[in-house]
This record gives sequence, C-alpha cells and structure tokens, in this order.
Amino acid sequence: MTFGAHGFWRRLAALTKKETRQLLRDRGNLLMGLGLPIVLIVIFGYGMSFDVKNAPVAIVMQDSSPTAREAIAGLSLSPSIAPVIVGTMRDAERLMARGKVDAIVGLPSDFSRNLDLGQAHIQLVLHGTDANRARIIQGYVEAALALRQAKQADRSAQSPPGAMATLEPRLWFNAANTSTWFLVPGLIVLVATLVGSFLTALVMAREWERGTLESLFVTPVRPIEILLAKIIPYFCVGMAGLALCLLAARFLFQVPFYGSLTAVVAISMLYLLVALGLGLVISSITKNQFMASQIALIVSFLPALMLSGFLFDLRNMPAMVEALGHVLPATHYLEMLKSLLLAGDIWPMIYRHSAILLFYVLLLMAAARAKTRKELE
Amino acid sequence: MNPAATVARLLALCRKELLIILKDPANRILLVVPIVLQSLVFGYAATYDLKHATYALLDQSHGAASTQLAARLDASGVFERTATLRNEADIAPAIDAQQALAVVHIGPRFDQLLQQGQPAPVQVIVDARNSATANNALAYLAGIVDQFNAQWRRQHGMAGPPVVIDTRAWYNPNLDTRWYMLPALIAALSMIQTLMLTALSVAREREQGTFDQLLVAPYTPTEIMVGKAIPPILVGLAQSAFILLVSVFWFRIPFSGSLAALFAGLLLFTTAIVGVGLSISALSATMQQAMLYAFILIMPLMLLSGLATPVENMPQPMQWFTAVNPLRYGIDLVHRIYLEGSGLAPLWNDTLPLLAISAVTLPLAAWLFRHRLA
Repeated sequence: MTFGAHGFWRRLAALTKKETRQLLRDRGNLLMGLGLPIVLIVIFGYGMSFDVKNAPVAIVMQDSSPTAREAIAGLSLSPSIAPVIVGTMRDAERLMARGKVDAIVGLPSDFSRNLDLGQAHIQLVLHGTDANRARIIQGYVEAALALRQAKQADRSAQSPPGAMATLEPRLWFNAANTSTWFLVPGLIVLVATLVGSFLTALVMAREWERGTLESLFVTPVRPIEILLAKIIPYFCVGMAGLALCLLAARFLFQVPFYGSLTAVVAISMLYLLVALGLGLVISSITKNQFMASQIALIVSFLPALMLSGFLFDLRNMPAMVEALGHVLPATHYLEMLKSLLLAGDIWPMIYRHSAILLFYVLLLMAAARAKTRKELE
Repeated sequence: MNPAATVARLLALCRKELLIILKDPANRILLVVPIVLQSLVFGYAATYDLKHATYALLDQSHGAASTQLAARLDASGVFERTATLRNEADIAPAIDAQQALAVVHIGPRFDQLLQQGQPAPVQVIVDARNSATANNALAYLAGIVDQFNAQWRRQHGMAGPPVVIDTRAWYNPNLDTRWYMLPALIAALSMIQTLMLTALSVAREREQGTFDQLLVAPYTPTEIMVGKAIPPILVGLAQSAFILLVSVFWFRIPFSGSLAALFAGLLLFTTAIVGVGLSISALSATMQQAMLYAFILIMPLMLLSGLATPVENMPQPMQWFTAVNPLRYGIDLVHRIYLEGSGLAPLWNDTLPLLAISAVTLPLAAWLFRHRLA
C-alpha cells in the first residue's frame, strides 16, 4: 500500500472520475444541477414580484357632484389601481367577499357639503387577508387621493398650499425599486443550497443505504479521498448552476454588480463548500435517502428560504428567531451577495461574514471526516 | 367481484403502507416534530410587518418643529435611532455599513419654511437592498409625517387637511402578515412531506423489486392506486391538523370558518397532491429519481403559489401556469375558510380545479403502474 502523495492523487483522480460518471449517468442529477437553476431563474425573474399592478378597486359614489368626481380622479391615473365603479356599497361588499376587488373606496353622500364646510371623509375598506398586499394597495390609494388633493389645492388659490412637511424619498441601491433586484441574490443562495446540501445528501445517503460505500471501504482508498472525490464533481455542478444564475442576473435582469466579481465568485465557492459539507454530514448521520432528503430540506433549504432574510427581513423578527437566522450560513452569504451586487465592496463586512463561512466549512468537513470511518455497523 | 373482499384487500394494502411509513420511530418523529417546529419558527419569521427599523437623523434645522418631528420618530415604537449625524458626508457610511435602514435628513430651512407657511421637504434616504422593507419603512414614515403635520397645523391654528381617509380592513383588522402566513402553511408545509412520501412509495417497491409481486397479486391497478393513496392522504391531513393547532392555540389567529369545511377542502387538496406524487413515483425507476423529481416540482409549486408573493402580481403567462398548481388553490381555500369564514360551496373556483387535478393524476398513476416505459 502506498501512502505517498503520488498514491493519493492517483486514487483521488480515479475516484473522481468514477463519481463524475455516476453523476452524469443519472438524468435526475443533471436536471437538479442545471435544469432547476434555469427554472428558478425564470420564476424569480418573471414570476415572483411584490409590485402590485392593476389591483381592482371598487369605487362607490354616493355623492355624484363634480367635486366628488374630481376627488377620486387620481385613482384612474395610477398604474397600480384598476378602478371599478359600483352602484351601491352592498354590491361592492359582495364583490369584495367574493375576492373580486381588493379594496373599496367610498364617498359618502355628504362629501362635497362637508368639504365646503372644511373637512370631508373618504372611506377605504381593504381586503386584509394578504396583509402585505393590502398595505401596499392602501399606500397607492392614499397617494392617488392625496396627489389629486394637492393639485386641487394648488388651483383653488383660496386655501394656500400651507405649511406641511413633505417626504422626499430616495431609494438607494435599488433606484428602480423593483423587487427583482432584491429577489435575485436570494435565488443564487437557493441554488447553491439545493445543489450543495440536498443533492449531495441524497446521493451519499443512497450509497450508505445500498452498501456501496462499504465495498469502497475494502479497497485501499482512504475516507478523506472518498469524501474529496464526492465533493469535486458536485462542486463543479454547483458552480455551473451558480454561473448560470450570475449570468442571468447580469444580462437578463440587469442587476448592477457594483462589487468585485472576484469577491462574488470567491464567497460563492466558500458557501458552496458549506452546503456540500452540510449535505455530507446529514447523509453520513442518517444513511437513509428519505430521512436525508427531509433533514436536508429542514435544516438547509427551508431556513435558507424563510430565515435568511431573503423574503422576510430578519430585522422584523423576534430576537430569538433573528438570532437563529444569524446562525445560518445562508444569511451570511446572502448579506454579502446583496451588498456586492447592489451596493459595492464593503470590505470589513465581507471579511467578517467570510470568516464565519470559513469556520463552517472547517467544522462541517471535520464532522464529515469523523463520521465517515471505515467501519461496519 | 365481491365488494366486501375488495374492501378487505384494500384495508390490508393500506395497513401495509401505513406500517412502512410509521414503523420506524425516526420516521414518526420526522413526520411530526419538524412540522410543528417549522410552523412555530416560520410563524414568527414570515412577516413583512415592520417591527424594528433603525434610522439615523441628520437635523440641520435645529428648530422647534424639527425637534418635534424627531421626537415623533423616536416615540413611534417602530423606528429606533442608531446614529445622529453631523453633516451630509455621514449619510453614505451609515447606510453602507447597515448602521441605519433609513437616514432622515431635515434640511437647514425646515423650520423657516414652515413658519413662512410653505411646504418643507424632509429628505429620506432608504437602503433598498430589501425593497419590501424599504417601501414599508417609507409608508410608516409617511404616516408619522402626516401625524406631525396634523399636530403642527393644529398648534398653529390652521385648518386640518381638507380630506381625511378612514381606513379599515376586513378579515385581518390589524393587517398582520402572520394571519396570512400561518393558514397558508397549513397547506404548504404538509404538501412537502406528503408529496415526497407518495413519490417514494412506488419507486421504493420498484427499486426493491417488490412491485412486481404486488402486480401479480390479485389487485387491479386501481386498487393498488387507492391503497397507495389513502395512507399519505391520512398523513397529510394529520400534519395539516398539527399546523392548525399551532395557528389557533399558539398564535391565537381566530378561526372563522367551520372545521368540517376546512377538512373537506384539505381532503380535496391532499388528494390532488397525492395524485401528483403517485404519478411521479410511477414514472421514476429509483427512489433517488423520485425524490429529485418531487423536489424539482415542489420548488415552482411553492414559489408560484401566492405563499411568498401574490399570484395577482405575476405576469399573465405565469398566472396561467399557476392554473395547474394545486397549492395555489389549497392556500386560497384555507384562507377563505380560515380567515373569511366561507363555506365550501362558494369555493368552487378552488375545489373544481383540485378535483380536476385528482381526476387526471390518479388514473394516470394507475395506468403508469403497468405501462411505464422502462
């Protein structure tokens, strides 16, 4: 038996070749490695959006005076709202109960009279089931009504524009204010997590389950070589998937990439290693395909979706859950990606998060090595 | 054939399938504990509501009005001041380093303009790396500025705003996103494991060679299909019930509908999911393939269901795709029953598509049992 460096490389090359063939042989693996990123790119780029367009809003005019009509004219100008004139409040409520309109704007019969007296009221009833969407629609309706009101005040010189503080918002790092730019970094994290943890856990668990790893144990290869040979082809598939995502981000979605591309690639490799390590550890603990896939889902994919700050901002969560989010490697990767793609190189932050990821790589690889011993149960 | 014998055979098959799923204690834990933990954690995590936002103040006006506005921000309970800036050069570092989500910049002429009875702009710079949070923060800020204006105008003997908008929300009076999320999880979380379990069921027997035995046993393909479908449906319904318990008793989200309507709806939903899972299973040669296919399907089903972003916001071609997404109907159905207190009958636009999905996938699976191209 040779334990020299030469033997190590020879055995590693042979094993890697075997693993690569095994990976390429199964259509399912390639579908997961390359097909899934493409599906996700389409979904994230063209499907998911927080941007409300043409929300149907019922308008009930119990006061049909020109003043009242003027007051709601702003609604039909907003691209986010599609107003529907409805005869009575009861009809509008029926439409809302059936989910046909997202909100009701009601002008009471005494609207113009009260306006002349000084102050009039407009009713806004929201369909609150999807609270986030309801709040966005509320913002649009109020803005559309306020805009019209300001214009009216301008024209009728009787009431001066008046002393009031006005907001001038500036959205940094996402001037276009599209949710696509903010979803794309999350997409990249998901792809790395899926290929890294889920695919690796599944493939390794299958080897444990079917006993093919045991037959490798009787050969002169060392466990570390088996692990490395597993990691290399999946690392390549993962990087290919990530490359697809980055290309799509740059050229399909015009994400600006303010930071350095080298840094993006480097942190992606680091995170992919974390995900692979996690997959290896899960499979060597469970040694069963169903359990491995479920645990990979539960500890890597679902948290990456729900707790990484990709959909739901960690700052809004209770302290305990926020702390849990900050333990996740996906959170650190996502923070870095968002900054590199949308803000620029903020080095102290990149160093800090990378150090944490590096710690995870070492920890998980050591655990995988410790769990993969040449022994039988 | 004797119907009693058929039922007895089916029961035997169901029992065997349930044993496979439940005999392993680790599996039993895996089917219950993660569901409960996830609904707890995600119940807290899945919120778009702004609870805690950091802001930095740059007040160059130093007047009574600007101080009053800053005090309103600090007292809002939502905005927490993490920095007080001295000049405009401090703005970029505060945002870049994520020290503050927003910088509120009150210019030097703010008080003066207000005294002169003119509009006084307040510049707000928001970190929009997370555009949802940024827009939420702006909406809250606008509300605080409105309150400030009303107070200031009152104090200075001016009339209030000519038009006041009175807002209220149906079904979810405080517009709490958790009320939307947890009922959605009743359908979404149980779907994941139900689909995976079902996808494995035939593939496992294929891989282990026992499926041939089942095919030569005195079962028709339809009976095999029914026997394979019932156990995962029971598992899925049980999982939904666990999440419902968390939602009602832990998060105290009031349940407005009837339990019978909810579970009848969930039965339709879970049956459709099991139909999809069995078809995948019949198509796959190995367990690994079955699981990969199931998983590749779960992703678009979850992401395009309305769970994360509303279906209405999607472009039209994507909305067409969601027409065959059972989870979209499942989530809508649970919301309408749970929050809006609807019965099952008015929900035909959810129940009919679910029935249609079952009517296609279940016979397809039964047919594929015998006719799969190896």
